[in-house]
Amino acid sequence: MDPSWLPFLLATAWLVPLFSFVFILFVGKHLGPHGKNAGLVATSAIVFSGVCSFTALFAVWLPNHPVHDASHHGGDHHEAAHEDEGHAALAVPMKLVAAEGEHAESGHSADGHSAEAHHGEHANNGPEGYKAYTADWYELGVFGSLKLSISYYIDALTVGMFCMVSLIASCVHFYAMGYMHDELHDFTDPEVTLSNGENLKRPGRYYRFFQYLSLFCFSMFGIVIAGNIAMVFVFWELVGICSYFLIGFYIERKSASTAANKAFIVNRVGDFGMLIGLMALWSSLGTFAFGDMTGPDGETEKGMFSLLRTEENDYHLQPTEGMLLEGGRFGESATSESAAEGGETEESPNKAGWWLLLVAGVGIFCGCVGKSAQFPLHVWLPDAMEGPTPVSALVHSATMVAAGVYLVGRFFPVLSPEALLVVAYIGCITLFVAATIAITATDIKRVLAYSTVSQLGYMMLALGLGGWVAGMFHLITHAFFKSLLFMCSGSVIHGVHTNDMTEMGGLRKKMPITAYTMLIGCLAIIGAGIPIIGPGFSGYYSKDAIIEQAFSFGSANPTHWILQWAPVAGAFITAFYMFRLWFMTFAGEPRNKHRYDHAHESPRVMTAPLILLSVFAIGVGWSLPGTDLSVVNLLEQARPVGTQATTSGEILTALTVPDEHISHQPEFKIPAGWAAFLTASAGVLLATLIYLVQFGPRPAELKKAFQPIHGFLTNKWWFDELYDWIFVKPTKVISGCISWFDRGVIDFIIHSLAAISKGVSQVFAVLLDNKIVNGFVDTFAKGTWDTGVWLKRLQTGSLRQYVMFIAVGTILLFVAISFVQNI
Amino acid sequence: MNPMFANLLTEPVGVSHYVVVGAFMFTCGVLCMATKRNALGILMGIELVLNGANMNFIAFGSRYLRNDANSLGLDGQLISLFVIVLAAAEAAVALAIVLNFYNNTDSVDVDRADQLQG
Repeated sequence: MDPSWLPFLLATAWLVPLFSFVFILFVGKHLGPHGKNAGLVATSAIVFSGVCSFTALFAVWLPNHPVHDASHHGGDHHEAAHEDEGHAALAVPMKLVAAEGEHAESGHSADGHSAEAHHGEHANNGPEGYKAYTADWYELGVFGSLKLSISYYIDALTVGMFCMVSLIASCVHFYAMGYMHDELHDFTDPEVTLSNGENLKRPGRYYRFFQYLSLFCFSMFGIVIAGNIAMVFVFWELVGICSYFLIGFYIERKSASTAANKAFIVNRVGDFGMLIGLMALWSSLGTFAFGDMTGPDGETEKGMFSLLRTEENDYHLQPTEGMLLEGGRFGESATSESAAEGGETEESPNKAGWWLLLVAGVGIFCGCVGKSAQFPLHVWLPDAMEGPTPVSALVHSATMVAAGVYLVGRFFPVLSPEALLVVAYIGCITLFVAATIAITATDIKRVLAYSTVSQLGYMMLALGLGGWVAGMFHLITHAFFKSLLFMCSGSVIHGVHTNDMTEMGGLRKKMPITAYTMLIGCLAIIGAGIPIIGPGFSGYYSKDAIIEQAFSFGSANPTHWILQWAPVAGAFITAFYMFRLWFMTFAGEPRNKHRYDHAHESPRVMTAPLILLSVFAIGVGWSLPGTDLSVVNLLEQARPVGTQATTSGEILTALTVPDEHISHQPEFKIPAGWAAFLTASAGVLLATLIYLVQFGPRPAELKKAFQPIHGFLTNKWWFDELYDWIFVKPTKVISGCISWFDRGVIDFIIHSLAAISKGVSQVFAVLLDNKIVNGFVDTFAKGTWDTGVWLKRLQTGSLRQYVMFIAVGTILLFVAISFVQNI
Repeated sequence: MNPMFANLLTEPVGVSHYVVVGAFMFTCGVLCMATKRNALGILMGIELVLNGANMNFIAFGSRYLRNDANSLGLDGQLISLFVIVLAAAEAAVALAIVLNFYNNTDSVDVDRADQLQG
């Protein structure tokens, strides 16, 4: 099909869940008993989205943009590019961001910007092979130079993300139809005790769960398809609110409502940084759009990416004129000084432009730190496990938290090497901290939650080291195996009605499908595979790619050695805690006989998605047999224009971000592959020794021996307490002071003012009102009264007197008239 | 004797004589109303007053007395008839009031009807 179908197909996939949401919102309660059919509505909506997404991938994208093996670049690109030229002509309103391959060999202009010095031999920095379709759907408003619109930006990454999200969401929807069956009748919440000692009993909320899931799917697709950063922000907040609703699904539980609030508030902290980044970008670039837009008048409006990576500059990152201007404003004093010296006039504002770019990049990254639960703001994700398990599988492991990684990937062309270094260090810290906490956690979902945080750290690290494809690849593979793991854990919880691994054990015999699919998930997450040559589980490919990039980066920047070795250490810890989890849950003897006896395998509607996902967890890293079609090659197509070349920092000139393709060379690939394999094996071995064959010291003894460390880890590095001390307590103290000020000072002033006005008005009441106004009125009334009383005497009631009055009066009248006339 | 009255006595009968008779009747009526305590007497006084007024109408309206050959001289008489009808109606209402008054007080003494005093 013609590429002009892409926006239509993806928009359909995007909007169908919205219709499902609105439908369930209004009539959900009446869809069958207790809204049972709401699940069917939401599920069919997301399955339809999935069909649209996969149609877009296989029937539209791939026939028009055939993938090539990333490892060899050759002349065939030209062929593909020319082929596309024909389609571009058909898609009139769309603008191909890619300039059709003419610049592939455009060489490097020799006027020597410092960034270009590092432009490697391997780099194909031009836009050949990269395709993106972008245009406005609807203009929300134009305020001066600020344009807000609903637009789309579709490249291979968008299409791939649509497929991944819709596939996992479909699985989760099916799974949730089984998992949430408790909500189909009046639900007695065992964790909420009312004041009369009974458990809370409430009507089931089955339909509402699916309503939120639909809204979430709509918002997530919105982030992915968005063609400008303002629209991304809108949907970013929408997924945030969905996450809030879903974490707080059991809102009556104190822990759930607290966790929902925590997630929401922590995310606001990140979003504040994101807003700063948005402002910095918009004020200096004047546009929110990612790609170049061709308006109806045929004029092309440049997007962020092409403004920052211009064709003239051979697609290298370069602050724009506007940035130099803005930057110059901040560094005005420095500029004037250097102007006096002469010669350096260009250098100073240039530097300031780079600083502004760093601020923008780190600002955007702040939003991603919040959403993806990276190091300082990671505390919300483990608490978010209060939500139902399908939510953990969909929102808090596979999709929403990956949105942060996705946004870093999308914004990759805007991030300067320094900003990338920040990303890398945050990712590095996150992956290590979270992995260590996962070792001691005993709640099965919390282990997976920390594992998620740790894997997100891996992705951030990969992106920060310049491994764009490695990071996005891990995002996709992780989504599959982590949603699989969460759904397996949900199946276990569903079977034994507890989250606590210390009450499980031996469940392998009771729930074999769950056990073995979870084993597949564990093998995938530790990256099991035959070293160097493959094949392996999906995690094997993505994690090795990350470690290869780390080795490549480490050899280019020996000072940042920690970034090279942290992922290797992380691989060891990951393998250890994942197999600890598996052994504690499924192997050995049952620790709680009662729970073991009541355990049962989950219904087929729950195990079928597990099996489907485990197939993907194994094979999503493979290429389709006989073709070059694989996720890596698809992602290679989506690599942002100009981000492949080796670049070096402008502020930190010693920093070098190496070309990602270098990392596939044997000098990095072989040691990295062995390091990953050996550490993972060591981790599995250690877990086996301690938890399976019971060789050496027992876990309890180890716990006693390493009491300080164990305490430190079970308390999650004291992060919650630390934040409580640094932020919550001072906030409470300050708000206490302000509250005192409010009551003691402001209220006092207001009360005094009130008393003064009361006194003044009393004086006025006595003086003016009582004396003058009332006096006048009273006197007048009294005069009238007295006159009336006096006149009353005339009314004697005696008829004869009246006649007398009339006669005498008439006579007197005549007398008077005669007098007047005589005069 | 006062020349005015002397003239009246010597002149042929004209408007002045009628007017004097009317004034006399009017005065008698007013005096009757002012002095009688009997409600029926007062009604009689009213009749006298009205008829005194009628006398004037007839005198001033008369064709002969006005010496106006062009008029029929019926206007005064018509108004008098009108007044007589009104007086009859008024007498009917007044007698009804008096009867009610008598029912309530067993008397027709108007001095006892002072309930409307201020």
